Amino acid sequence: MDFSIASILTLDGVTNGAIYALLALATVLVFAVTRVIFIPQGEFVAYGALTLALLQLGQLPGTVWLLLALALLAALLDAVAGLKRGLGAGAVGRAAVKALVFPLVVVGFAVWAAPRQLPLVVQSLLTLVIVTPLGPLVYRIAYEKLADATVLVLLIVSVGTHFALTGLGLVFFGAEGFRNPSFWDARFSAGPLTLSGQTLIIFLVSIALIVALYLFFERTLRGKALRATAVNRLGARLMGISTSGAGKLSFALAAFIGALSGLLIGPTTTMFYDSGFLIGLKGFVAAIFGALASYPAAALGAVFVGLIESFGSFWASAFKEVIVFTLIIPVLLWRSFQHGHHDDEE
Amino acid sequence: MSLRRAFFIAFLVLLAALPLLPVPEFWITQANYIGLYGLVAIGLVLLTGIAGLTSFGQAAFVGIGAYTAAYLTLSHGVSPWLTVWIGLAVTFAAALLLGWVTLRMSGHFLPLATIAWGLSLYYLLGNIDALGKYDGLLGIPAMQFFGITLNTGRSFYWLLWLLVVLAAVAVTHLLDSRTGRALRAVKGGTTMAEAMGVDTFRIKVTAFVLAALLASLSGWLFAHFQRTVNPSPFGLKMGIEYLFMAVVGGVGHVWGALVGAGVVKIMEDQLQSLLPRLMGTSGNYEIIVFGVLLVLVLQYARDGIWAFVEARAPRPQRKVDWADAPALPERERPPHDAVVLDVKAARKEFGGLVAVNDVSFQVRAGQILGLIGPNGAGKSTTFNLVTGVLPATRGEVLLRGQPIHGLPSRRIAALGVARTFQHVKMIATMTVLENVALGAHLRGAKGVAAAMLRLDRAEERRLLREAQRQLERIGMGEHLHELAGNLALGPQRLMEIARALCADPTLLLLDEPAAGLRLKEKQGLADVLRQLRSEGMAILLVEHDMDLVMGLVDRVVVMEFGTKLIEGTPEEVQASPAVRAAYLGTEH
Repeated sequence: MDFSIASILTLDGVTNGAIYALLALATVLVFAVTRVIFIPQGEFVAYGALTLALLQLGQLPGTVWLLLALALLAALLDAVAGLKRGLGAGAVGRAAVKALVFPLVVVGFAVWAAPRQLPLVVQSLLTLVIVTPLGPLVYRIAYEKLADATVLVLLIVSVGTHFALTGLGLVFFGAEGFRNPSFWDARFSAGPLTLSGQTLIIFLVSIALIVALYLFFERTLRGKALRATAVNRLGARLMGISTSGAGKLSFALAAFIGALSGLLIGPTTTMFYDSGFLIGLKGFVAAIFGALASYPAAALGAVFVGLIESFGSFWASAFKEVIVFTLIIPVLLWRSFQHGHHDDEE
Repeated sequence: MSLRRAFFIAFLVLLAALPLLPVPEFWITQANYIGLYGLVAIGLVLLTGIAGLTSFGQAAFVGIGAYTAAYLTLSHGVSPWLTVWIGLAVTFAAALLLGWVTLRMSGHFLPLATIAWGLSLYYLLGNIDALGKYDGLLGIPAMQFFGITLNTGRSFYWLLWLLVVLAAVAVTHLLDSRTGRALRAVKGGTTMAEAMGVDTFRIKVTAFVLAALLASLSGWLFAHFQRTVNPSPFGLKMGIEYLFMAVVGGVGHVWGALVGAGVVKIMEDQLQSLLPRLMGTSGNYEIIVFGVLLVLVLQYARDGIWAFVEARAPRPQRKVDWADAPALPERERPPHDAVVLDVKAARKEFGGLVAVNDVSFQVRAGQILGLIGPNGAGKSTTFNLVTGVLPATRGEVLLRGQPIHGLPSRRIAALGVARTFQHVKMIATMTVLENVALGAHLRGAKGVAAAMLRLDRAEERRLLREAQRQLERIGMGEHLHELAGNLALGPQRLMEIARALCADPTLLLLDEPAAGLRLKEKQGLADVLRQLRSEGMAILLVEHDMDLVMGLVDRVVVMEFGTKLIEGTPEEVQASPAVRAAYLGTEH
């Protein structure tokens, strides 16, 4: 290997690492706030990339109908819960209508827009608007009832949700892969490196998102409320923070980050309905660098995972996944020696 | 004969006779798959249901067993009766390494590691030339069993189900043993189990390795049943499905695992034929239904199918067969008035906060020392320093002259220190007797193999006899067979004292034992403590009930803001203006 190959691999690794970093941040966020180990994170990546791909073809993606179905189901669950608590039919009805307005508008717009093949940017925004609300809806339907269960039960729920969403992905998008067009076709060369416009966009968007998240958590009341919930659920509730609201918000952020990652990664690789899982899991390995708690460590871990992956695929391409996922074991070992005996009493 | 036993025998008879009946071959094949899956699910019951650990990587262990058998038989002509042991040995090594790395950390790191492990093994198997890459290995010979070739579903059925029933019985035996109690004790957290002398890390690794070995055994059978192996049945999806089986069946029950395996396998088959007809063929619909069902089961029936059986055919009460068991050997008692516990300038800092500020005191054999003080005075932290739950920042703690600061709880417990907890820590699903027997963990020595083969019964009788003796002594002889979770708070606290006494301690540490007790119970408790004192026990008592403390103890240490305020006889302490100020505030 000479310097030019090494630098190309490094660029490749860091680019993928940037995506993993976003996913790792989402994983840490969801875990901190809700104690959910969010395996389906990767499904939102695939949903994001493939929803855009179908819109590009002028077809209406199935995620739109999923949004409608989940919104109706969540509204129904809320209505039943409201009636059980003794709320009047009027109040329950108003709440249901309020909850359904946004999804219905999105669905309506998508149905109108899909065959018109609007510009790429508009379609990308539409994709984000379709996929992001799936996050809180999934939280409401799959997790909220079990919010106080152990981490392990929540993890099993995550796995079930992952199964269902992957299967739905196959129904919506079929078994073929899609590759999205680049957002920016420009190319820049710097020595042996060719920097594509897409790579630059990946870096810029990742950095912008990380800064935005930082500002959100540090400067806004809602961000602080999320942090408070992460530290102590009961305490946060006593301070008037709705832990259910915090859960939904964190899932919305996770779905948004997932869909955005899908849009970013879509032009650089062929995406299949089940590609998201492996991408999400790599974000996960990165998050474990930070013991699911530290954002900076997770981001650094993500870059490391990206590098390992790109160099691994150069040396032993067939064993690339083996290398990345076996990496988790020395990382866990390192964490366990660093932290000594950890124990959560449940 | 109890209802359960009758059902069990009927089940065995039906199981044994099934291949002789005119059952279509399809159902024999189904039964074989159920047995193969059930074997793995039984391991998960042990791991997840009992020890509270989760693994998504069991399919990978099945893969190790299957590939070891397939490869060695095909390439080197090794007999299946040898490959099974090699497969188990490889699995043992892999599980030991994986468990050793992940089980030191909190509960959710194991499942994450097993997901990664399941994925990497899948890709590894699919990329090794010698293992046929993703095509796998074909043409594995059928097994020979005493000259009989097990090449049909029916002939294979006997061997498979014999092993399944043996495994289920062995695990059931294990759960009803000294090791089984320790396994259950680690589920809710490790503090209590460690205080009972259980090496919780080791016991978790044991559970993980046992579950992996059962999976590997299933893999060995799988290879010789299918006669071909490829990576796909050993991927993550199958690993998750195994967990699903255990959860559906009832993750806390061994026989539930078999029910779960049966229900899932049959349902999966039905869905695979039914759903494409309903929905068209373009999707993988059963995976959607599967995922949704898994979530629904957790939301609405978290205890699984077997919980319904348990509710309708309750477990018969344990038969008392230990009345004439010989008593357990007892520790040598220190002479009356000898210093048992010597705390010298113990200090605990949490960051900048000094929770215990150079506190010193002694507890002597045949003496009760009361440790009192307002809330937040540092009593419980002192307690935790003595019992090894927290390491001291500075200072010394000596037990009969031997330094114990810095030792882990279980080592301190082994030296003769037993304790109760301010917030009761027990295993709600075990009976009072079994909970108390956990206290005698260190007085037994039989391990996993002995328990599975029931070679531990003599020792077990001695442990249970001791548990009963201590329960009767504390006035709880009528509650032996009740579930601990059904007791009121007062009796639960008494049960904790009996459990501590079961360890045959020289030093007994009681953390607010009278909280929640009624007057009669308090008097009974005081009588027991007086009797223990007369037998030469050293007792450290943290308590808020001043009537109890002042009427019972020999000396009192008063703490305030982490500092020792005063030490003396109850009379001296009661007369002290400083103590009054600490409790009631000063007049201005």
